[in-house]
Amino acid sequence: MSNTMQTAAILQDDDMAEANQRKPVLINEHIVEIVSDSGEGAQKCGQTFGTISAKMGNGVWTVEIIPAEIKPPARSQAGASGIRIRFGDHTISNMGDEADLVVGLNEQVLYGRIDQDAFREGTIILLENKWATDPAPEIQELYCNAVEDFKKRGYIVLELPMEEACLVHTSNPRLGKNMFVLGMLCEIYQRDVDKALNEIAEVFKHKGEKVVSVNHNLLKAGVEFAREHVSYCFTIPPVDVDQELLVMNGNQAVGLGVMAAGIEVVSMYPITPATSASHYLAGVVDQVGAIVHQAEDEIAAIGFAIGCSYAGKTACTITSGPGLALKSEFIGLAVMSEVPLVIVDVQRGGPATGLPTKIEQGDLMAAIYGSPGDSPKIVMAAATIEECFHMVITARKLAETFRGPVILLTDANLATGQQPIPRPHLREEWFAPPFDQSPWTKDVPPYDWDPETGLSPRPIPGQVGGEYVLTGLAHTQKSKVAYEPHANQLGHEMRSRKLASLRATLKEPGVYGDPEGDLLVVGWGSTLGAIQEAVDRARAEGYKVSSVHVRFLSPLQPGLRDIFMRFDKILTVELNYSDPPEGLMNQTQPGRPPHLALVLRGRTRRDIDYWSITQGRPLKPSEVYDVIIDRLEGMGIKPSRSQKVAAGS
Amino acid sequence: MFGLKTDWSLDVLPRYFTLEDYEGGEARWCPGCGDHAVLAAVQRICRDEQLAPEKTVCVSGIGCSSRFPHYMKTYGFHGLHGRALPVACGIKARRPDLTVWVATGDGDCCSIGAGHWIHAIRYNMDMVVMLFDNNIYGLTKKQTSPTSQPGLSTNTHPRGAWLPPLNPTSATLGFTNASFVAQTADWNPAHLHATLDAAYKHKGLSFVRIMQRCPQYTAKVFESAQQDPSLVLLLNHENGIQIDPAVERIFPNQLTHDPADLPEALRIANREDVIPIGLFFHDPNRPIYESFTTEGMAMTVEEKMDALDRELNRFAI
Repeated sequence: MSNTMQTAAILQDDDMAEANQRKPVLINEHIVEIVSDSGEGAQKCGQTFGTISAKMGNGVWTVEIIPAEIKPPARSQAGASGIRIRFGDHTISNMGDEADLVVGLNEQVLYGRIDQDAFREGTIILLENKWATDPAPEIQELYCNAVEDFKKRGYIVLELPMEEACLVHTSNPRLGKNMFVLGMLCEIYQRDVDKALNEIAEVFKHKGEKVVSVNHNLLKAGVEFAREHVSYCFTIPPVDVDQELLVMNGNQAVGLGVMAAGIEVVSMYPITPATSASHYLAGVVDQVGAIVHQAEDEIAAIGFAIGCSYAGKTACTITSGPGLALKSEFIGLAVMSEVPLVIVDVQRGGPATGLPTKIEQGDLMAAIYGSPGDSPKIVMAAATIEECFHMVITARKLAETFRGPVILLTDANLATGQQPIPRPHLREEWFAPPFDQSPWTKDVPPYDWDPETGLSPRPIPGQVGGEYVLTGLAHTQKSKVAYEPHANQLGHEMRSRKLASLRATLKEPGVYGDPEGDLLVVGWGSTLGAIQEAVDRARAEGYKVSSVHVRFLSPLQPGLRDIFMRFDKILTVELNYSDPPEGLMNQTQPGRPPHLALVLRGRTRRDIDYWSITQGRPLKPSEVYDVIIDRLEGMGIKPSRSQKVAAGS
Repeated sequence: MFGLKTDWSLDVLPRYFTLEDYEGGEARWCPGCGDHAVLAAVQRICRDEQLAPEKTVCVSGIGCSSRFPHYMKTYGFHGLHGRALPVACGIKARRPDLTVWVATGDGDCCSIGAGHWIHAIRYNMDMVVMLFDNNIYGLTKKQTSPTSQPGLSTNTHPRGAWLPPLNPTSATLGFTNASFVAQTADWNPAHLHATLDAAYKHKGLSFVRIMQRCPQYTAKVFESAQQDPSLVLLLNHENGIQIDPAVERIFPNQLTHDPADLPEALRIANREDVIPIGLFFHDPNRPIYESFTTEGMAMTVEEKMDALDRELNRFAI
């Protein structure tokens, strides 16, 4: 049973009754969802609620629920649009398991969430009830059937005339209801209403005082409405925060990282879910003297960035899987001709157009091996929103030091997830230094490879005496086209050597939990929070489980083999496709493993067990926990002590 | 030239560049290939304009003509097939101080890189784009190109190419924000040089289609025009390409065409009875993309850090 389920179970027994009498019930965390048709402002409502909660000192993680279409049909399962906010009295690192309380603006969109196993028995649903009296009898019928069904599923359904209450304050409740809902949530969770009013004023200030005042009235009305109609009332104590925090999503963090790295040119082509990073940058980069170039296509976007970088100006390109595929020839050129470049890949579901708005960790192999020929390049993966910021700065520095492309992998979960992170303290050395225009040392070739490290300095146009012709053909140190077998072999060696040089400077990853034990879970990217929460639960029950999270995938971080030797079983957990380990169709061949497992098997020569899913949603801690227990039971291992713990420990 | 200024004060340049300063590796194009003539013309312009080799960048894609940068002793970028233009635009984006020459072929520009061609014209960044149009894929050995004439027997169409050829000049004239569109021929070095010189002097993207023969595979194309100058229509105008009257006299067919007249330029470009050469269209006042891409270049790190610090405040809770 998951944390939140335990919480709810407890609440259902005793505290729920107490909550019913509007005396705030103390809880340590909750998961709230606001689900509506697209365009009803649920995300704005949830983000504001998350910000208020963060300001009150709670740990927060918000994740957007985004339909793939801009205007999906109203009242449809596929159109479920909204947001999930998980908040508590401790740091929250992932979206959690099932929701505790849901605001549904119609009943049909909730089926979109039921499909995603987002609710459980005991989930409280605050449902707009205007559909019960809709002029269309078929809508009335759908509504009534759904309410019956929800009750059968064990949800607690409160049918509420939310729209009717909004109509007092606005003629267009479709647009204003979100602030009304925000008011309700503020009352239910005892949020500071003044903070909410300030947030609203900030959010709508560009629309004028009248709009602010309408929304203020809606918020206050929501507070009153909840006081009258909703018996539930909870309170979550704040975390002690001793540092300044910023609330942002992963794409904003990438954008801020781009600016803090002193990158001058962001060259992009629109692609979900990466585009919002460029949107954010487009609005603000002029303040740091940089530009966003919207290229004619993905290929041109990277070509333009490579041109900038060749000419000594730092550049990056931000894309997602299909864009990465289109860029692969140019990435190979950047490897071959050793042009520094930062490439951010905000992964989504694939292959082809796949699941544009949803999460998958499906680009790892494409990132490491995706160009024809041997194209060694640095590939790193951010595990948290904070890392989305810092890793861009690291990537820029590595690109220039190791003279080549660096791919930074994030994903749709990080891109739209919001979390408070410690405010970074900007440093001058993060910014790219001015480009070198001093004369080039005579007789030094453009690829003056250090035979040990493969590293070499790079002439920049404008440097007298450094004139060379960059080429994508096999070349000598002088950048002369060379088809001789030894020249080609040498070029390959030097480019590969750079990765070995970087690897020599990397630290081994830290082990979460004890340094030895029965099972080690290995992950990468945005699954960090869910994996560690699952490990915590298993450890609290006495299992000897630890986890390791890999940040550098190419070159692979050192020390993994040694860490693996200290555990009986190694298990990768990923959000991408794999066959069952035992194979398919009764063949003797084992199934196709997922990306990280393949990389680790090849690089550490250890037998690696794996588990992965591709359902287009982030991992739940409970499902990782279930996998951990399944594997341990398979090994014949029982917990050394039986101890159930409360949520949030 | 020679450091002589119009005010007659003698200002001796610290460096003086000769043709040799622009001559890179020995050109390995086939003897008789039109590319040699283009290379010589560009080197001459560099010398005449005293372009610092370190501030000059030749960018190309893939193909015979894309070997061009290797034969210049400037900076060069010999990149991917069809992708010279995005790279060239990127180079110019934050380095308006660099002179950029782009060498691209009819396959490189009009086929695999056609998307970039349209948009590079629209960006209108200050560079000279030389389309080496020999109506064939040479490096990959005689495949049909988008500009191949119908009936031309190639390795991909042994019974003769059958599609009507793409007209690069009329196409470019149709692209939004075209600012300099000219057509010249490798067999008339004087006109070639004068055209590239005018292209260099234009601020914006100068698109020059250079008609040429491939001695190996298309030795016959343009042959009649070369032998019979009356098949060529020389465009002249006071705002057009200025050539020596002695060269001008070679062409019995001449037309005074005002390069400001776009509709007329399109009509001339589409003529099939003659091969027009000269400046089709010129508008020095079209917007150039650098005026956007160079914004903020002067900002110091301190200013950037202050701005970013303020930006972080927006996320503070």
